[in-house]
Parts: sequence; C-alpha cells; structure tokens
Amino acid sequence: MNNFLTMDGLSKADVTSLLDLSDEFVEVLGRSIPKVPALRGRTVAMLFFEPSTRTRMSFERAAKALSADTMSFSPGTSSLSKGESLKDTALTIKAMGANALVVRHKSTGAPWRIAEWTGLPVLNGGDGAHQHPTQALLDSLTIRQHFGTLDGLKVAIVGDIRHSRVARSDITAFSTLGAEVTLVAPRTLLPVDMEAWPVATADSIDEVLDSDVIYLLRIQKERGGASVLPSLPEYVSRFGLTWDRFTRMPEDSVVMHPGPMNRGVEIAPEVADHERSLVEPQVANGVAVRMAVLFRLLGGEVTDA
Amino acid sequence: MLEIVLKGGNIVGPKGTSKADVLVRDGVVSKIGPDLEGERVIECSGAWIGPGLVDPHAHLREPGQEWKEDIETGSRAAAAGGFTAVVAMPNTDPAIDAGHLARYVAERGSDVGLVDVMPAGAITLGRAGSHLSHLDELWAAGVRLFSDDGDSVADAGLLRLAMEYLSDLGGIVAQHAEDTTLTLGAHMHEGAVSARLGMRGMPALAEESILRRDLALVELTGVRYHAQHVSTVGGVRLIEEAKTKGLPVTAEATPHHLAFDHREIRRMDPAYKMYPPLRSTEDVEALRAALKSGVIDVVGTDHAPHAAAEKDVPFDDAPRGVIGLETAAAAVNDTVKLDPVLFFQRLSIASARLLGLDRHGCWPEAGSPANLVVFDPDAEWTPLRFASRSENSPFKGRAMKGRVMATIHNGVVSYEAS
Repeated sequence: MNNFLTMDGLSKADVTSLLDLSDEFVEVLGRSIPKVPALRGRTVAMLFFEPSTRTRMSFERAAKALSADTMSFSPGTSSLSKGESLKDTALTIKAMGANALVVRHKSTGAPWRIAEWTGLPVLNGGDGAHQHPTQALLDSLTIRQHFGTLDGLKVAIVGDIRHSRVARSDITAFSTLGAEVTLVAPRTLLPVDMEAWPVATADSIDEVLDSDVIYLLRIQKERGGASVLPSLPEYVSRFGLTWDRFTRMPEDSVVMHPGPMNRGVEIAPEVADHERSLVEPQVANGVAVRMAVLFRLLGGEVTDA
Repeated sequence: MLEIVLKGGNIVGPKGTSKADVLVRDGVVSKIGPDLEGERVIECSGAWIGPGLVDPHAHLREPGQEWKEDIETGSRAAAAGGFTAVVAMPNTDPAIDAGHLARYVAERGSDVGLVDVMPAGAITLGRAGSHLSHLDELWAAGVRLFSDDGDSVADAGLLRLAMEYLSDLGGIVAQHAEDTTLTLGAHMHEGAVSARLGMRGMPALAEESILRRDLALVELTGVRYHAQHVSTVGGVRLIEEAKTKGLPVTAEATPHHLAFDHREIRRMDPAYKMYPPLRSTEDVEALRAALKSGVIDVVGTDHAPHAAAEKDVPFDDAPRGVIGLETAAAAVNDTVKLDPVLFFQRLSIASARLLGLDRHGCWPEAGSPANLVVFDPDAEWTPLRFASRSENSPFKGRAMKGRVMATIHNGVVSYEAS
C-alpha cells in the first residue's frame, strides 16, 4: 500500500485485514501505557486545508500512539494566504522531512495531486464530497465490534448524501463487507446518478426504521446542503430521527453519526445520548483505524528499537 | 517567391482523391500534374493534399494573457496543426469590443504571417452582458463572427437586440450556450462520474436550454447563428430541427468532445477540464454521427491555452480549457472516420464559407490560392511537445493516427514536420 486515498477498489479481504489490524490497535489503546514504538523517528504531517477538529486530532493521536512525530499546518495563517500554490506548499512540507502526509482539502482529488507531486505516502483525510476512507474504516470497525460482522446487515444512511464524502466511502465499505445499504434523503440531497451504486433508496426515514443500523448525516450547510431544502423543520418531519421514531426501531439496532451532530435536526438529543448510539465508540475507533493505516503505510520501513 | 512542389500526394477534390504533384508559385497553385519540379520539394506520398484547415474558434490570448499564448505562438501552433486561417476569440484582456482592438489582433496576425488571424468581436461591451459592444466598428474592422465566448449572453432582450443589429450588417452571432444558473459551482458533466466523485455537475440541459431559447430568437430575427462547441445529444437534435426549419444556423464540435467522454475525469486530471465539459458516451456518439451527417457543420478547436502552473492544481481550482490546434486533425481522423472529401469539408471548407474567406477552403486546382495542408491519415505519432506556449492538451502522450506533414500559407511553407 503506497497511499490510502479511497475505499474504491479495495477487496473484502483488504478491508477485513485493515479492520483486523485496527483491532490490535484497539487493544494497544486499552493498555495502561497506550503507545507502541512502531513509527519512532517517522514524521507525519497534517495538511488540513479545510477546518477540522476531530479528524485532525484523531490522526495526531494515532501518529503519537505509534511514537511518530507530527507536524501540522493551519490554512488561515499559512503561506497559502500569501499566494503560494498547493504544490509548493506540499513540496515545502516534504522538504522539512515529512515521511507521510494526511491531507484534507475542499477539492475532489487534491490528495491524489499531492501524492503525485511529493511521491510521499498520502492518507486522504477527506477530499471535497468525494472520499473519507478512514471514516469508512472506523464506521465498519464499530459495526463489526457491535454485530460481529457486516454480512447481511441492513444499514440505512440518512441525510445529505449528495454532499457527503463519508457516505461515498461508507457505501463502498459497507457493501464490500456484505451489508445491504439503503439511502434515505430528499432527491435534492441524493447524488444525481446512482445507477451503478450498490444501494437501494427510500423516500422517508419511516421506511427504514427496521434497519440494524441507521447512520445519520449532517446537513452540510458549508457545501450548499441547506439551500436545497425548504426548511429544517420540514426536513426533520420526514428525515429526522426523533425519539418517537427511535422507539419504533428494533431493540438490537444502533444509531451512528460521523459528527459533528446537529442535535434536534437529524438526531434527537435523547437519541444521541442513548446507549444504542455508537457515536462515542466511533470516535474512539477512529484512532485505532488511523493507527492501522499509518502502520501499513510507514511500518514496513522501520527497524524497531 | 520560392517554387514549392508537393510530390506524390493524393490531391483531394470534391469527388475524391487523385495522385499528382502540385506546383505552388506566387501564392497560388500554378500547376497540377505528373513529375513536376521546383526549388523546394516536399515528399507527400500517402498523404492527402487539401485546403488548409480553418478554425472558427481559437483563443490566442493576446492582448492581455501572453503568458498563456500570444498571436505568434498561437500562429505557430495553428500552422503546425495544418491551419491557414484561425478565428481569434475576443475574451482577451481587454475584450475585443471595439474597432481598434480588432484591428490590432488582425495586424499582429499578419505581422507574424503564418496564418490568417481573423478577430471575432464581443457581442457585449467588455463581455459583461449588459450593453452592446461597438458592433459597427468591429464590422468595419473586418469582424464577421461575434461572440461573448466563455460566457453566454444570458439576457434574452439584449441578445435579441444584438441579433437584430447584426442581421442588418450580415454578422454571425456565435453562442457559448451555457445556462449558468444550472452550472453554478460545477466543473464537469452531471452524470455517473460526477456523482461518484462528489462533484457538482453541469447538466446537458444547461446547453440545451440556451440553444432552445436562442433558436427561437433566430427565428424571430433571422440572424445567422453559429452554435459553438455543441456537446450534447439534445444540442445536436435542436440544431437538426432548426436546420429542418430552414433557419440560418451552423454548428461546431470540438476535437476533444469527439474524442473523450466524462470517464476521463475519474483520474481528476485538470488536462480534461473544459466548458462545456466532456459528456457521456451517448453524447460523444451523437456528435460523431452529426459531424458525419453534416448536422454539425464544422470542427472548431476551442484551443484554450493555460500555463502549466495554472493547471497543476486540484481539478476544481484549475482554469477551464485545453489546447487543440496541433492535434485537431489527428483527433478527428482518429475518432470520426471521415473520407477525405468530408474531412476537408468539416475542417476547412465549411468554416471558410461560414466566415466568407474566399482564399481559404478552396480545393487545390490550377489557379486556386495556395492555402494547403499535407495530411497523412495513416502516420502514427505521439504529441509530446507543442508549438503553443502552453501544453494543456488531453492528447499529450497519447498515440494518434493522422499527422500534418506540411502547411502552405499564401504560397509559403508555414510548417513542415521534422
């Protein structure tokens, strides 16, 4: 593995092996000293050209738990605001000695460009509305921990799918692992052409309350998600996971959300805090899967001390 | 003037090809026959000898964006592509919206002397879409084709005025058909690929809705109308309907829309970014068929140079446009199997007639102007370097079949393949 850019093209065995490795790091993170020396002396640079708190901190935590050094970068105060090109920024950070780059960018494909320019291993931390592959891994790991497998599970993804890189990565990962995926959104929040997608669709959340997993997505105001809806209350009436709807779900079903949540919009506050909400395990697993990917990309070259 | 002999080629005429030598002297084809001799001999065996190509749609970037291209480098690129006349689009800086600016472009073209450069004029002042440009001045300066290319003239009332005014003069309204209310924030075709990539798409409808409106205005005003870079099934159908009605309409397709579909963008390489965007396979098939049948009259390159650094960015951030002059003939030859007569009809003659260029688009015969191209339809090559100042070509590094071997402009060799 040279880069980790997309869920597309990964086989069930590829994904399963990454999840198995992630399980080992879950164990590491549970130790009294949750740290291994696997990547000592390696430097991982965080290039987040879009604001991010959780993903960036999760990657930093993952790198440090592997004993790697980290460097980071804030777009607001960087030389990009002085007119430097993305390419020069990436090459500059390479010249400082980074061994791998974690890239988040508003433009689809930016992490691919940076991988070409630098020749360094690149981890896609989210590009546009395209891919967010470590999120798909952590979601898959969370579901697997809870149910033991994804094979045959009914997973409904509800919300702003059109503007969601999480949805695009999750759909591929979940269906690769054998789940049946149904997308639920008003047509203005669905991709325009899903003919080749391994999914079913439904017009309201009431149609999918029998799912094993309901995966809720935030309306992405920053990507134009709100302007395609008449109003948020109308959205909630047809697509919000209210307490009433939650009580009609099977007892062993779960609710997931990639965060940040808009409580009272896509998810009722009492659902978000319920024990069948896996939001916190998702966040915890994020660190483990990112350790797994970093280890895969950089681990082979390290001689352990 | 040097005598040139084109030796052993297949001379293309309205009824097909015939093998003979061509003697060029004093700017004209002085003789066609066997075993001719002259001071400079160009070996042409296996190649077609036809009228020099005419491009109704190129961006030469001068004045104002000379780091991308200028009239000299653009002329070299045109000559290397077999062109003897090129229409320079007016979206320069400043826009070509007044007589002195059009004269500047034409004069720079004749100073360089490799190809006839015909300036197109902006329809609206500064291409801002709010007031008519200096249409009379532009006409007097020799402008025959008017376009705000790069943008549509969105305001139907203003477009109607331009059409009425230009129909008096005899000018051609050429439209970049794009309803920008449907393409806001989009950089590629709306379809399966954009959905996968999570990119906002430009629906085919954005082209069709403007064409539909414009063709109704053509019916009202009677102006000559040229649809630039038609890219969709629906666009082709609208042009066909307009022609059936007898409206004075012509249409153009670009080599890249004939060659590629939106699946190329899976790799997110800005070398494939242009407006209109690469469309679906059905659209590509419709364009190829329309070019064969004549519903699409001409090939226009939409040659749009951008500096390497400008394109070396993520897809969304890259400027739109690809160069095309040097690969147009090969691309059309490669993707649409045209017989030599139709090939020159679409790439030369129809454009020359559209633009009223008497000295271009003439079948080679004794006495005809020596604006000629030698094109070998079977020669294989891979474009790697370009005469253009820019290299933003989707054909770069791709093996192509069909190569321009030489170009004769006004009786002088303007290009010869090395």
